[in-house]
Amino acid sequence: MSKSVRSWAFPWLGLISVGLFGFMYLPILVLAFYSFNDSRYSTGWKGFTWKWYIAFLNDSRILNALANSLIVALFAVGIAAVIGTLMAVGLAKYHFPGKRLYQGTAYLPLIIPDISIAVATLVFLAAIAIPLSGGLIQLSLGTVIAAHVVFCLSYVAIVVSTRLTDLNPHLEEAALDLGATPDQALMQVLLPELMPAIVSGCLLAFVLSLDDFLIASFTTGGGSSTLPMEIFSRIRTGVKPDINALSVVLITSTGFLFAVAEYLRYRSDRKRSA
Amino acid sequence: MTLPIATRTEAQAPPAWLQPVLMLAPAAVWLALLLVIPTGLIFQLSLVPGIRPGQVVNPSGLDNYIRILQPDYFPVLTRSLFFALGTTIACLILGFPVAYWIAIKVPKRWQNLVLLSFVLPLWTSSLLRSYAWITILRPTGVLNTLLGKVGIPALDILNREPAVLIGMTYSLLPYMVLILYASLEKLDRRLLEAAADLGATPRQAFWRVTVPQSLTGIAAGALLVFITSMGDFINPEILGGASSMTVARLIYNQFLGATQNWGFGSALSMVLILVVSLAIALLLKYGDRNAAGGV
Repeated sequence: MSKSVRSWAFPWLGLISVGLFGFMYLPILVLAFYSFNDSRYSTGWKGFTWKWYIAFLNDSRILNALANSLIVALFAVGIAAVIGTLMAVGLAKYHFPGKRLYQGTAYLPLIIPDISIAVATLVFLAAIAIPLSGGLIQLSLGTVIAAHVVFCLSYVAIVVSTRLTDLNPHLEEAALDLGATPDQALMQVLLPELMPAIVSGCLLAFVLSLDDFLIASFTTGGGSSTLPMEIFSRIRTGVKPDINALSVVLITSTGFLFAVAEYLRYRSDRKRSA
Repeated sequence: MTLPIATRTEAQAPPAWLQPVLMLAPAAVWLALLLVIPTGLIFQLSLVPGIRPGQVVNPSGLDNYIRILQPDYFPVLTRSLFFALGTTIACLILGFPVAYWIAIKVPKRWQNLVLLSFVLPLWTSSLLRSYAWITILRPTGVLNTLLGKVGIPALDILNREPAVLIGMTYSLLPYMVLILYASLEKLDRRLLEAAADLGATPRQAFWRVTVPQSLTGIAAGALLVFITSMGDFINPEILGGASSMTVARLIYNQFLGATQNWGFGSALSMVLILVVSLAIALLLKYGDRNAAGGV
């Protein structure tokens, strides 16, 4: 029976899928290939070299931008982890007038295009910063962090709230019945259960923050640029082998992060089903 | 000695409203300050014609919105819609077989791994993924070198519309596959067997059983790809050249480009939000009907 079900489907299905796997990895392989190619302009192979890797490792502007990006991502994700988790738990626990409006607003950054968020934030910052110029709020890495918290918060909260709906709702009540204080029930019972979701939400937010070009370029002001801004300003003028080398390093490290995130999710899934 | 105990019991019994406020207020304040008020501000600004940074705001009508409809700018809007629709269709056509293959043909225990390796490129920088296509598509690039070897004349697609469509499809295909897989994986295979037993041809079974059952996934995937590509800045900017001006690029130019006009940029941004909201409203209406009529 199952054989008849199988044989009716497209016979070329596997082939298409393999072809599309090639499509997904082709650009990455091309970048890797040219990052080791000993020629700036040639499409052909001109011998193996590490020089593009050495070039970008000695490029203080790139390293500075990378440091800026990491600072922004760490702070934004750190803040978002706390207030996003609190928000997700609060929304799951309490009912109050205007809850749907709150929820809708909280997940808006997942839907609104980056460019619109970027523009709105710039206008808002200009409205409060320009009257205070030389004063309170300056466009800087700080404003980038504040803007990144908005979307990081949504991503952390949505991952955590998915986990919350899967969780046994009586867990916290049981803890309270057994004599735990509300704080203890939250910190010692609920939080450990939510930890895998918080971590994977944070990793997602971290990668998205590192990847963001638009919001950062609208909110950073003239002073400091993040890594995507630095990359953008260079690749507009054509192909650069040291950017290829940088890509390979970044892709390898984000791939590693991804593997860690998936492993954590896998482990928590197994623990749950066990 | 009684004092610490007293404060402790006091701390143990905070007023009932305190905990929800402590949990929900920080995010609410953050969202209000950096999302709700800013969006209100760009709405206000969109009503001001010809505003430059730092000018006094004085709303005066719909000039900016009328300007979008004029022949200089209206093609930009239609081009963005064309890119978004084209990308959505391409992702559906390419994504469905992959999602179907993973959900139905790949053995259960390998499904997660295969799916994850398909979407792995999502985790790499979107700028760099788009940039990689320059190396492939440029006149002397990988594609034309390969085409030259089999004797096909070189294609000049970099800095034109096809390059943007390729870049956007490449960027968004993993999302489509993820969402389609989630709905195809839940497909009740017994229905397919029943259809075959009752004499349905494979094609009939596909269109009458598989597609209706995965309609919610198709709609959700299409919506996500549509709204993301509608607001995409990077692919048109890097792969599209001067000929592929889109709404997102036009907005960028109104704020960070040479000819700044914040009012016009804000109006464009409001239109972009409106198009995205319309798409979501359509899905909700469509999705409800599907949920009501389907099961």
